[in-house]
Amino acid sequence: MSEAILRAEAVTPAQRPDWLAHAVLGLGVLLFALPVWLVLAGATQDSGEITRGELSLLPRLDGLAIYARVLTHGTMGTEPVWHMLLVSGGMALAIAGGKIVISILSAYAVVFFRFPLRRTAFWLIFITLMLPVEVRIIPTYAVMSDFGLINSFTGLTVPLIASATATLLFRQVFIAIPDELVEAARMDGAGPLRFLRDILIPVSAANIAALFVILFVYGWNQYLWPLLVATDPGLDTIVIGIVKMIGVETQTDWSAVMATAVLALLPPVLVVALMQRWFVAGMTEGEK
Amino acid sequence: MERRTLFDGWFLPALLVLPQLLLTGFFFLWPAGEAIWWSLTRQDPFGLASVFVGLENFSELFADPLYIDSIVRTAVFCAAVSLLSMSLALLLAVFADHEIRGRAFYRTLLIWPYAIAPAVSAVLWLFILNPQVGLLGRWLNAHGIPWDYHINGGQALLMVILASAWKQVSYNFIFFLAGLQSIPRAVTEAARMDGAKGWHRFRTMTFPLLAPTTFFLLVVNLVYAAFDTFGTIYALTQGGPGKATETLVIKVYRDGVVNLDLGSSSAQSVVLMVGVIALTAIQFRFIGRRTAT
Repeated sequence: MSEAILRAEAVTPAQRPDWLAHAVLGLGVLLFALPVWLVLAGATQDSGEITRGELSLLPRLDGLAIYARVLTHGTMGTEPVWHMLLVSGGMALAIAGGKIVISILSAYAVVFFRFPLRRTAFWLIFITLMLPVEVRIIPTYAVMSDFGLINSFTGLTVPLIASATATLLFRQVFIAIPDELVEAARMDGAGPLRFLRDILIPVSAANIAALFVILFVYGWNQYLWPLLVATDPGLDTIVIGIVKMIGVETQTDWSAVMATAVLALLPPVLVVALMQRWFVAGMTEGEK
Repeated sequence: MERRTLFDGWFLPALLVLPQLLLTGFFFLWPAGEAIWWSLTRQDPFGLASVFVGLENFSELFADPLYIDSIVRTAVFCAAVSLLSMSLALLLAVFADHEIRGRAFYRTLLIWPYAIAPAVSAVLWLFILNPQVGLLGRWLNAHGIPWDYHINGGQALLMVILASAWKQVSYNFIFFLAGLQSIPRAVTEAARMDGAKGWHRFRTMTFPLLAPTTFFLLVVNLVYAAFDTFGTIYALTQGGPGKATETLVIKVYRDGVVNLDLGSSSAQSVVLMVGVIALTAIQFRFIGRRTAT
């Protein structure tokens, strides 16, 4: 009798719909979706009406032309949005790609070789973890201007490519590669570079994919760095551009701002959504 | 943690670490060294001559009530952002761990905000809380609650806290959910058999088992709130009204880039460096213990 009750209790929660869970999760989804819905709907409305406080939650299907307008013309005093997207995309790809390449190379060297000052090299890379741009704003600017890198695409990307996080992650992955695999490769006469290209990189593909998502988002979302090193409007990223647009609140073209917001968040959101599987696994294993 | 099988030679590996080391040297170590050097000197406004002044920049900094205010403000801001985003994320993760229909669907819809830039989240919140344009801001004013973060410092601080915490929930959610899923089913079942229910089970079993995740996230969130929110705050308030939302990083930027006070800005950078080093050390000690167990 008591056993039957126990079993019944253990079974029912799974079968009865868990209304509380649906309610909490539904509210959570709304909390994130609502602000984005607001800009999606607002982008199609008239800027004058929005300024008068008549922002509505209902989109207007005839208002989609705003996207064409911001893409080709931007707003008053800004670059066209297509150009900002190009700079942001280039920056995100260069940072993600660059970080992955140099981190694989350095992690490979540190794990599979013994060379003088190996530990020193590792610690020097590790230290960068403790020196985010935010804590060395002025001196970094000075160094950049010594190199003549202010207002250049190189200045925008290259200094952000050094990466302790990615190196640490690949180090972990490479340490876990079984010795037998390395032995086998060597028996087959594979040199160090062939081993790297034909075995190590394919084996780490999932980690590379996960890291790519994290780094793409990191690169796309930069704000302080471009603000510092690029004053030339031709190098405005979309994140910089949208903050410029809201700068003068009294004359803001609100629907253009909203359309730009949608365009600014779409690419990184798509990357995360499409590569979600690798991203979540990679982040919870690696980033710790 | 060392490999047994290795490749020979030192030239190739040296060549392979070189790019990383060059970037680290030029763009991290050198500027950090310059920050330390400048923090010990005083320059004339044109940067032509500098005098070594020892720790004078630091003693001036800590004697400045505005700096102490900024430290306190940053602490309040970081604590509020971390608490808010972590507790909301934990709540969502606990329910997303239930076996309900549409789990994967909910999960995707809770993860994507990770991709939003801090500065863009500021723009989104503007359309909610701006007193003229924002949905909620307008509603508050229409219902006799004066709301304007352009003039009210407390409201400005609240707004940057909300926008910063909102953006960080997804990150915390991903880690809390992974933490919950790593709790062995046998443990959950045993607790259920013992008759532990809902809140009681969470408090006595789930939450203690999540302690390592919670601690890891606490450090990450403090670092996020202290440093990565520059874009959010700068886009919304530029640190104002007055100094109401001027966190330490905003102050470094204002003093260094806007007011060109090299000595003080460098001393502030050095203080922040010490802060990050302390937080990173705590995090890695903790991670060392984690991998050992």
